[in-house]
Amino acid sequence: MSELTGLTLKAALAGLAERRFSAEEITRAHLAAIEAARPLNAFVLETPDEALAMARASDARIAAGEAGPLEGAPIGIKDLFCTKGVRSTAGSKILGNFIPPYESTVTANLWRDGAVMLGKLNMDEFAMGSSNETSAFGPVVNPWRAEGSNRDLTPGGSSGGSAAAVAAGLVLGATATDTGGSIRQPAALTGTVGIKPTYGRCSRWGVVAFASSLDQAGPIARTVEDAAILLRSMSGHDAKDSTSLPIAVPDYPDFVGRSPKGLRIGVPKQYRVDGMPPEIDALWEQGVAWLKDAGCEVVEVSLPHTRYALPAYYIIAPAEASSNLARYDGMRYGLRADGANLNAVYEDTRAAGFGDEVKRRILIGTYVLSAGYYDAYYLKAQKVRRRIADDFDAAFQTVDALLTPTAPSAAFGLGENSADPVAMYLNDIFTVTVNLAGLPAISLPGGLDAAGLPLGLQLIGRALDEGALFTLAGAMEKAADFRAKPRRWW
Amino acid sequence: MTIDAATVRRVAKLAHIREPEERLEPLAAELSGIMQWIEQLGEVDTDGVEPMASAVALSLPMREDVVTEGGDAGPVLANAPGARNGFFVVPKVVE
Repeated sequence: MSELTGLTLKAALAGLAERRFSAEEITRAHLAAIEAARPLNAFVLETPDEALAMARASDARIAAGEAGPLEGAPIGIKDLFCTKGVRSTAGSKILGNFIPPYESTVTANLWRDGAVMLGKLNMDEFAMGSSNETSAFGPVVNPWRAEGSNRDLTPGGSSGGSAAAVAAGLVLGATATDTGGSIRQPAALTGTVGIKPTYGRCSRWGVVAFASSLDQAGPIARTVEDAAILLRSMSGHDAKDSTSLPIAVPDYPDFVGRSPKGLRIGVPKQYRVDGMPPEIDALWEQGVAWLKDAGCEVVEVSLPHTRYALPAYYIIAPAEASSNLARYDGMRYGLRADGANLNAVYEDTRAAGFGDEVKRRILIGTYVLSAGYYDAYYLKAQKVRRRIADDFDAAFQTVDALLTPTAPSAAFGLGENSADPVAMYLNDIFTVTVNLAGLPAISLPGGLDAAGLPLGLQLIGRALDEGALFTLAGAMEKAADFRAKPRRWW
Repeated sequence: MTIDAATVRRVAKLAHIREPEERLEPLAAELSGIMQWIEQLGEVDTDGVEPMASAVALSLPMREDVVTEGGDAGPVLANAPGARNGFFVVPKVVE
């Protein structure tokens, strides 16, 4: 890792502003790191020509005194975001060589603020997965390895490429998306920071849809402040997304470094699940101690419907997915298979283009929405979803934020959980509740387990209160003083 | 709820995904496993609970009913598997 790729985003922006190095120099350093890290399979498309052109334009704007808040900062983009003129695949074969004729709002916001695109990051197909193994481009490999082992581990999913690239120093930060935990779980498994903001903060326009009532974009970065800097640029009202919130974006970085003294934190007892490694429980206790030391009051709270969140999610998300993914019919873009008639073309296109997990979810979604089952499953799940949201409302009457583990385990081996879909789904047990309720939540690294692998802690906030999360996470980051880096083996 | 091979065949047809006959039994077993795990939702008392479709409590925004874009046949067709004379080319729909 060269000096320029080891910087935080904040330090890099300061160095660029002070002209200690140019955008082109820091971009070239990252392009070299990406090239050297191909065994990680973090990128599905490297865009060095675009990156250098954007970097030179940034250098010109810096010279002209017209620098934006992210001017010259090289970042990576999850391949779920449409990028104009640059292939966007959602990790699927069915999109083929789809080259979007338009730019997603989130990425447009980042380019408006001066960021430089290094390439498109690998991910689970259509963001459906928790280990990156459903990607049509093969799994991303976690830069972290257990001590004394050279076994390949998962970086988590679905934003595994984003998390691995940030952890390995290939990008200063990355965009990601989170439908059931896809920002926070990979952040936890790679020792990085990831925040899913309140539903509606980031526009979904130009983000390939998975489950529209749950999908939300956010950043993965190396520090809490870096995540705040990126989220400030990514967020904002967009008339092109009818669920985008028409409210001003707070100055998120300003919340980092404030004292959390006096805030009340809830510890939900239902998040203490059977079979959780004792180290995760211990880290959770440590997190409580850090917050108490920082002047917070910590109380136990109850979220009684927590255990029903995952099964409710596995009705709602597949139902929405089966509807959203109906558009991939081989007619207007993407893959088209040969067939004797129109129906055969549809069926063969979708059989050839979708991977097993995506097909599984489309089938579940189609089943629960089909005649005779709608009330028993879909409507029931939507009612349970209301119960889960009500649990949070009740808890937030008495506390300002909640502290939980992010994931039930550290990074696991590639292939280890792929035989049993339900075992894989359980990865999102602590993260999925927040998507159902639309709340913001951040994951930050808290420490290492006995094998030297990172573990994450999650803070959940009130709707629109990302500010409190940045303050609390900033204080915990300082207390945790997490400096471990993956040892370079690639 | 147990899902049998006939149900998988019917649902796959609805979803426009060709599943070969030999995949129907294994898929039925997988989907049954998932649906049985989901059955625990039956334990939750949801009498009188309003279904929640969205996390945003806002009503949908309205805009002026005017043309905001269009005339972009070139970019729209650029990714088409088949296009001719400004139109998508699709398999024969009506015999």
